[in-house]
Formats: sequence, structure tokens, C-alpha cells
Amino acid sequence: MKRALWTLAVLLSHWRRHPMQLATLLIGLISATALWSGVQALNQQARTSYDRAAATFGGTRTAMLAARSGASFPQKLFVDLRRAGWPVSPALEGRIQIEGRSFRLLGIEPVTLPAEVGNAPAIGKADLQSFMTPPGAMLVAPETLSDLKLAEGARPQANGGTWLPPLRVQPNLVPGVLVVDIGIAQNLLKMPDQLSRLLIGKAAGRRAPLESIAGDTFRLIEPDPETDLERLTDSFHLNLTAFGFLSFFVGLFIVNSAIGLAFEQRLPVLRTLRACGVSARMLNAVLVLELVSLALIAGLIGLVCGYFIAGALLPDVAASLRGLYGAQIPGHLTLKPQWWIAGIAISITGALAAAAASLTKALRLPLLATAQPFAWQQAQRRWLTYQSTLALAAFAAAACLLWFGDSLISGFAVLAALMLGAALILPMFLELMLSLGQRYARAPVSIWFWADSRQQLSGLSLALMALLLALSVNVGVSTMVESFSRTFLVWLDGRLAADVYVNAANDAQAVEIKAWLRERPEVEAILPGGRADTQLADAPVEVLGLPDHATYRDNWPLLQSADNPWIKLRPGNAALVSEQLARRLHLSVGDRIEVPASGGNWTLDVVGIYADYGNPKGQIAVNFAALTRRFPEIPLTRMGLRVAPPKIPALISALQEKFALDDRNVADQATMKAESTRIFNRTFAVTAALNAFTLGVAGVALLTSLLTLANSRLPQLAPLWAIGITRRRLAAIELLKTMSVALITTIFALPLGLLVAWCLLAVVNVKAFGWRLPFHVFPLQLLWLTGVAMAAALAAAALPVIRLARMQPASLIRIFANER
Amino acid sequence: MKGSAPITRRGFIGGTLLAGLGGKALAQGFAGLGESADGFAPVVPGRTFAFPADHGPHPEFRIEWWYVTANLADARGAAYGAQWTLFRQAIAAGGPPAGWANQQIWMGHAAVTRADTHRFSQAFARGGVGQAGVDAKPFHAWIDAWAMRGLDPVNDDNIAPCELKASGADFSYALRLDADRPLVLQGDGGYSRKSLREQASYYYSQPHYTATGILTIDDKPVEVTGQAWLDREWSSQPLASDQSGWDWLSLHFNSGDKLMLYRMRQTDGQHYRSGKWIAPDGTAEMLGSEDIVMTPLIVTEIEGRKIPTAWRIAIAKTALAIECRPLNPRSWMGTSFPYWEGPIRFAGSHTGVGYLEMTGY
Repeated sequence: MKRALWTLAVLLSHWRRHPMQLATLLIGLISATALWSGVQALNQQARTSYDRAAATFGGTRTAMLAARSGASFPQKLFVDLRRAGWPVSPALEGRIQIEGRSFRLLGIEPVTLPAEVGNAPAIGKADLQSFMTPPGAMLVAPETLSDLKLAEGARPQANGGTWLPPLRVQPNLVPGVLVVDIGIAQNLLKMPDQLSRLLIGKAAGRRAPLESIAGDTFRLIEPDPETDLERLTDSFHLNLTAFGFLSFFVGLFIVNSAIGLAFEQRLPVLRTLRACGVSARMLNAVLVLELVSLALIAGLIGLVCGYFIAGALLPDVAASLRGLYGAQIPGHLTLKPQWWIAGIAISITGALAAAAASLTKALRLPLLATAQPFAWQQAQRRWLTYQSTLALAAFAAAACLLWFGDSLISGFAVLAALMLGAALILPMFLELMLSLGQRYARAPVSIWFWADSRQQLSGLSLALMALLLALSVNVGVSTMVESFSRTFLVWLDGRLAADVYVNAANDAQAVEIKAWLRERPEVEAILPGGRADTQLADAPVEVLGLPDHATYRDNWPLLQSADNPWIKLRPGNAALVSEQLARRLHLSVGDRIEVPASGGNWTLDVVGIYADYGNPKGQIAVNFAALTRRFPEIPLTRMGLRVAPPKIPALISALQEKFALDDRNVADQATMKAESTRIFNRTFAVTAALNAFTLGVAGVALLTSLLTLANSRLPQLAPLWAIGITRRRLAAIELLKTMSVALITTIFALPLGLLVAWCLLAVVNVKAFGWRLPFHVFPLQLLWLTGVAMAAALAAAALPVIRLARMQPASLIRIFANER
Repeated sequence: MKGSAPITRRGFIGGTLLAGLGGKALAQGFAGLGESADGFAPVVPGRTFAFPADHGPHPEFRIEWWYVTANLADARGAAYGAQWTLFRQAIAAGGPPAGWANQQIWMGHAAVTRADTHRFSQAFARGGVGQAGVDAKPFHAWIDAWAMRGLDPVNDDNIAPCELKASGADFSYALRLDADRPLVLQGDGGYSRKSLREQASYYYSQPHYTATGILTIDDKPVEVTGQAWLDREWSSQPLASDQSGWDWLSLHFNSGDKLMLYRMRQTDGQHYRSGKWIAPDGTAEMLGSEDIVMTPLIVTEIEGRKIPTAWRIAIAKTALAIECRPLNPRSWMGTSFPYWEGPIRFAGSHTGVGYLEMTGY
């Protein structure tokens, strides 16, 4: 034990002499852990919310009975099933408007609610009585309470004047849902003795066959371990995870290079220790112990950093998820103990993986061989060919995945293989470029310049690989974001073609507003709108009603269409489908779909496909009049207005004054566009932030590699100084060398980045979101990124170069005294 | 005083029934027991009972129950017990509105006991929609698929014949109950005192049921016969604030006599005891605190509670001195409001079988 402690002390003394190396190692581990666990914290936070939604009083985690027709059914069936032994609990769902905003109203029956359905017991003991006793209570998430700008206990008023039960906060609830007692829900929704579904408890026991009680009224919905939200947001989280993994990987590059270097520098010490009688096993055990302790410390710091990173990114993630998928994520971070444990574990695993090669070597260390510092770098030269072979294999794998893969995972796998291949082939590429330079060099110093760069390459290659990865991902993502934002803005112009959008409180008010608008000369057209919800291939689908008007014919962005699609829409037997839906159901122009409508199936010919960016649901657009015939119950409260632009502000204020509409219910086109753009910009804020982090980590990798190399390179530099090259000039040459390899790497990264962008647009986005964006190249952006990369390289090279320029001549002379 | 039993589920009485819904028993025993009866009808002496009307619910009172226990045996003489209970509790006073606004909560307990196992199940329902309830005529008490139903033609004075059925995840039973003698009013003409103060309930029983039917444990059906006992009790405030629980027995003597006994445990140690001896000819004798001596013999520890599962009972007035032993000392009803309830047998000056219920431990 004592021997082990002494050994450890000897090994640790190395870090005291090389604090920069220790810092490098720790920074690598910390950044790897921080980014990885930050991303995991975000994912976990979101998943917890989805679970919350799924567990809410009969989310998808609960088996349910629903009417085959999709409509409500009489309450008597609930009683009949209970009396036949079925452990069912009734629920009624509908929508209710409060101050012009629509909320999901859920009526539950707490007494029969199965215990496993989750939140029920949390309604709270004595509170249950007040929940069931009129006026009852309306349970809301804390977020909903603040949305409503009301205090707990206050009674909101529904549109139409009905007073709702007093609000009570229930932290476990998902935002946007109002939970009341079933009886109260029936009254509020004006659906006496009607239910929309029955939750089935897990209680075992004798049950009469379902059909013998309810005929074929019901459809059994099995519990689904994966919620709709999870399915929808999968791609988003995969995206985040991929970035987290990339950062982790880049961080490990740093760790690997720091450990490798430390190991080489400690070889004489290790050998001395062995000669003193420390067994190879003991030595290795102590090395592992040292590493694990460092990883533990770095892991803890990394976790704290990760927590802050996640906290900083959460608002954007939450905004993206809300904007894209309607998922409600609370704005404050709550972490489970598993997260901490996983973070520490990943830090230790990462450190061990990065050190595996060095540790294996230590175990096999020949006792009597002479010390060969930097042998690992020399050995790595032999790996160049081997690495290049691996790279080619990775490229081949990428090609195969691209050809055969058909999932989001395979999309990311293509990216991963592509980048791995590129990183592996980078040293070979640099070697080729540098030897090319050497061939054309004539002056001795410039020949030395190229030759020494090549010699230095193996020491820098890991850091350069990190730079390459970070840079190409940056290029890829910026290109994608830019392509998206350009396409999106054009698309938005087409979609938001009306000048003013109005949403009336109810149908009656809508009629009044229309009548009033018809009297206004500045209103050129009133375009009614409507939307119905239905199911297609077991997924929710929106049916949008578009009035037959030039505004749509001229502006609506169609990707593909038959001849005269708008004329074909008129009779009500044709539809346009959104790109997402078309991809999911493999629809193309000319196909026919059956849409379940209130009065039976509605057969529609597909006459066009349009882009519908940002909508997680599939969408079908039909003629407005046909929609109201098929779905007579839909609210007709939405309308768009064509108004001469200068008259818009006056009209809006008149509307607001006359009909007491607020900003949410009447908005002009510019406001709507600004709002949509804002949401979409935030969608990529996280990606951009992670991007910046990754680039930062790569910069650190480069800096640390250069720093660790700086000292060891003195033997190469001292002779040049001795033959008359000044320290300043030497420093300039060093700087130039670093900048040239960085530039070559950057140049290599640009096409790779474009390839990544193409992959993201053509493979990943299509799988993740269901839309394919046109691929644009933005040269200015590439130039800018090149500048950033060079700046990062300059910043990384500055410190060692300044040190060299100011180095005491005595240090350089000492090189010749050293037997090295 | 089966009624006590529901009291056990004291939560039930105090409106705290709902607290049990989450599967969590009340942490602190039986607080809320002596909840005041504001707005509910008081229990006063001198009430005239009318059947079948009184077989039905009395929503003007806070709590009420229909409680059947059966001592059964199979063809080889192996003993079984069966319990069927329906509780009603009003969470607000006043005539119950229709539909979900009904304000009546129903709770069912069912159990079967064998020497080596005890199975139980519970059910909850809200009144007003038909999931649970009681009709006086024709008699029908039900919650979910559990029911006690008068078989045509039912004799309202005997409340027989009846069918009784219940099932849980791992047991079920279906019994036919017959009786050739009328109901017995407990206490003083049906007015049953629970303390020296005003706590009381209306209480009548049918102790003379014979039972036949099928009892199934783990999908193995057994034909059984035996005796059963119905308790009907309602009240608005059956327990005094210083009473912590009770020990209640119903005994079927081999001689044909029946005995009901209970002891309300008070925190001051002055337990309130009461009972009624019913002779085979229907004549009944009231027993008071001074007549009854109840001594625990064996304590069984269940879920950290010490429960006296065997008793010595002495009533000098009727020359009774018996020792009662449980068929299964672990007849624990681990329901939302947990209590001990199971079949017993006794020997000594008299022999026979019966049921024991203990709450508040």
C-alpha cells in the first residue's frame, strides 16, 4: 500500500513540473464531460416533460377505450363496463377558450382513476373533496398559471362568460391543460352524460368480453411506451446528442494527446520505478488510479459546467420544441441523480478510452530498453498508411449507409462515417501537401520550413483533426441554417399572403366582424379560414380550408402540382397535401386519399404538394366551402383580410376597439412574419451555440498541442538559432508553419463541410422533419469561417510563439549541453 | 357493531376516505374519527325502522354500510371465511344531487380467508351515475361487478334469499344466502350507543343466514356451505374523539345462539363495551360494559402493528367463558384504510365459529 502511494507521488510529481500539461488534460476532460452532459441534461429535461405529458390522466402510457367513430359516447357504457368487471375510469376532453386562447380541457374522475395513471394521487388528499364538490377546482401547471396571469384560487372566465372553477397549481401537470372533475367538464363543454374515452386500470380480475357489453362501439388503444411527442421530437434530440457526442469526441482528442505526451515524457520515470522493484501490475494500477482520480475531478467540474451550459441553452431548446412540436418544456432545469452518475462515468470512461493505448504500453514496458521519448509520435508515422486505409473504409461505409440506409440514425451514421474518414485521412493529406511544398522549395530555410512542418505533423495531427471536425461541422450547419432561413423567408412570404389576420372569439362574433368589415372600403377581400383535425394512417392530420381566391392562387408555395390545381380544388374532391405528409404516406400528385370526416370518409385526389415547414403534423389543404360541408362543426372564427398597406394600422386599431380583440387575435402580416421568423431563428440557436463550443474546444486542442510541443521542439530550433536566425525570425517561421497547416486543414474542411451540409439537408432533415430544402452555397460565409479558423489558429499559436521570441538565449544554449 | 368496521376505515367516516384513493393509508391512525356531524341527521333513540325502506341508503346520514361475513366449510370440513362490504359516505350534507355532483362516495371491500391465505380487494365509486348504489326494493346493493341482490321473491323482513358475489385478482365467490328468521335490531330497538356520550348509530343485523355456494382461490373453485351474518348500520358521527378504534365480534354458537360484541377503545383506558345475545327463538338480551370481559391472548405483528388475534371472553351473566382463535392470524385487510378482519373459532363453555374485526391498531 505504502509502495503504491509512493509510486503515485512520484507519478504525480510530473504534473507539478508540467502544470500546462495537467491543465490540458483537465480542460480536455472537462470540456468533453461538460458538453456531453449539458446536452444530456437538455434531453433528459425534455424527455421528463414528455413523460409528464404521457402520464397525465391517460396520456399514451395508459391503455384506453375510445369510440371507433372518434366521437364521444354515452356515460352509461362506462357504468356497464364497470359493472362487468372492467377497471375503467372515464375522461372527457375538449377545448375551451380563455381570453381568446384555446386550452385543452380534460375532465377526469379521480375516484376510479387507476393509481398507475400517475398524477391522480397528487391531486392531494383533502383537496380531492373540493375537486369534486362544486365549484370544484381546475388543476393547471405552474406555467399555465403564469400564462393566464392569474393567482392560484382565482376563477378565470371562459369566452362566452362562464366562470371556470378556481385554479389550483399541480406541478406534475403539463402546461396548456386544464384538469377538472368529469361532471364539471361535461357542464363546461355542454356534453351532459358524454365521455370521450375510458382509461383502463391494470387491476386484474374477471371481465366480461368487451363486445358483450358495448358491441363494437369501442376501439382498444394499447399503451404506447413511446409517446407521440417522443416520436416527433426524436430527431431533434438525436441532433443534440450528435453534437454532444461530437464535442465529447473532440474533447477526447485533447485528452488523448495530453496523456500520450505525458506518458512519453514519463517513460524514464516509469522505467526507473520498474527498476526499483515496482511491478508492472502495480505501476499500471497506479497509473489507472491516477487517471481515474483526475477524471473524477474533471468530471465533477465538467458536470457543473454542463449544468450551466444546459441552463443557458434551455430557453432556446424549450422555444424550439414549442415552436416546432408544440412540446411544453419547463424553463427551469431539474436533474436526476442518474445524470450526475452518468456524467462522472462518461468522464472516467472517456479518460480510460483515451489512455488505453498508453496504458497498454506501460504494461508491456520493456525494462531494459533505452528511453525513447516521442517514440509514440514516430510510431504514428507508420500509422499514416494504416490510418488512410481506415479512412477509405469509413468513406466506403458512408457511401453504403447513404445508399441503403433509410432512417434518421443512418443519416447521422453517414455523417459520422464521413467525418471520421476525413479526420483519419487528414494527416496523409497534410503530409502530401507539405511534401509538395518541400519539393518546390529552393532556399535552405524554406526547405527546412516544409521538412520541419512535416516532422511536426504527427504531434499536431490530433489537434488538427479536432479543428477539421469542428470546422466542417460549422460549415455544414451554417450552410444548412442559411439555406433554411432563405427558403423559409420566401416560403413565409407565400404562406402569409393576407395583410391582416383576425381570430374572433366565437362564430357569432365572427359573423359580426365580417359584416362590419364589408362596410369598410379599405378592405379589398375577406378570406375565411378554417381547420379541422382528423387522423390519417394513425397519425393526426390537419385539414385546412382555403377560400378560392387569387391571394392563394398567386402566392401559395407549391412544390409540385397537376395542371390548374386551384381549379381542381373547387368542386371539393381534390386536395393539396403537405410535403411531410406526402413523404410519410408516399403520396404523389395523382394519388387518392381517404380522409375520415364527420359524415364519413372523404375521398380526395392529390393535385399538389406544398411546403409546410415547421409543422409536426401532416396537413391537407382543401377548398374552404368543401371543408365546411364535410366538417360542419369547425369554428369559423379565423379570417385573413386583404387591405391596402397604408390603411392597415388604422383598421387594426378600429377592429381592436370595436370588438375588444387583443394583439393575439388580430395581427398584421409583418407581425406574424416577425413572430414566425423569431421562432425559427431560435430553432437553430442551440445548434449554433453548440457549434461555437465545439470550435472553441478545437481551438483549445490546438493551443494545448502547440504548447506541449513547444518545449520539446527546442532541440530542432536551437541549431537554427545557432547558425544565425534570430529568435524573432524563428518565432515568425514557427507562426507561419502553424498557420499554413491550419490553412491547409481549413481548406480541406470547406468541401467536407459542404458535404456535411448536403447530408443534413438531403438526408437528415428529410428523415427528421419530412422536408427537403434546396442546397445553397454561401461563399461569404465560407470566407468568414475560414477567417474564424485562422483567428483560432493564430490565437492558439500566439502564446508559444511569443514565448519563443522572448526566450532567453541561455535556454537555447542549454540544448547543446543536453545529451538529447 | 360492524359499523365500527367502517370507522376503522376511519378515513371513510371523516371524509378522509378520499385520501385513501392514492393507495396511501392515513399516516396517523384514525384522526378525524370524531368529526362533527354538521348538516347531517343526528342519531337519536326511539326511531321506528321500516323495511324494505331501511335496506336502502340513508343519504341524510354521513356514513352507512352493508356488511356480510360468512363462516364456511368445504365438503371435507376445511374452514373458509368470506367478507363482503359496501360503504357509503357523503362528502357533503344535503339531498344528494343527480349525476356526478352526487357527493356520495362508495367503497367496497371483499375478502376470502383460508387457514393458509387471506385475499382481499377494494373498489371505489362515486354515486349518482350507477357505478355503485343500493336499491331497497327489490333489494340490490352493488359496486362494480360486486353485488348483494335479493332473489325473487325476496322476503323484506328476512332480507333473504340473496345472492352475494365479489371477485378480486386472485379470488372470487358467489354465495346464496337464506334465512328463516327475521332481522334483529341491535342496541336499544336499533339505537346502538358507541360511547357514554351521544355517539351512536342505527344498527340492525341478519345473523341467521345460511350460506351455500362456490368460493374460488387461484382459479380453484370449492363448494362451500356455512353461516353468514349481515350488519346494516348508519350514522353521522359514530365515534367519540377519544376513541381510537374497536374490537368487534360476531359469534355463531353451535347451539344456534348468536352473539354480537364490541369494545370501543378509548384513550383513557375506559373502553366502552356493548353486545347482544340472540337466542334461537329470536329473544335478545342487551349486554353492557359491566357484563363483558375481553382479554387479548396472543399478539400477532403485521406490518409493524401489534394486533391481538386471540381473545378470552367472559360474560358472567350468561355463564360464557370462551377462548377465540383466528382461522388465519394474518387476516389483514391491507386496503387504503387497513384493519384486521377474519373468521375465528371458539371453545370453552361454548363452541362455535364467528368473525372478528379489529381497527385502529
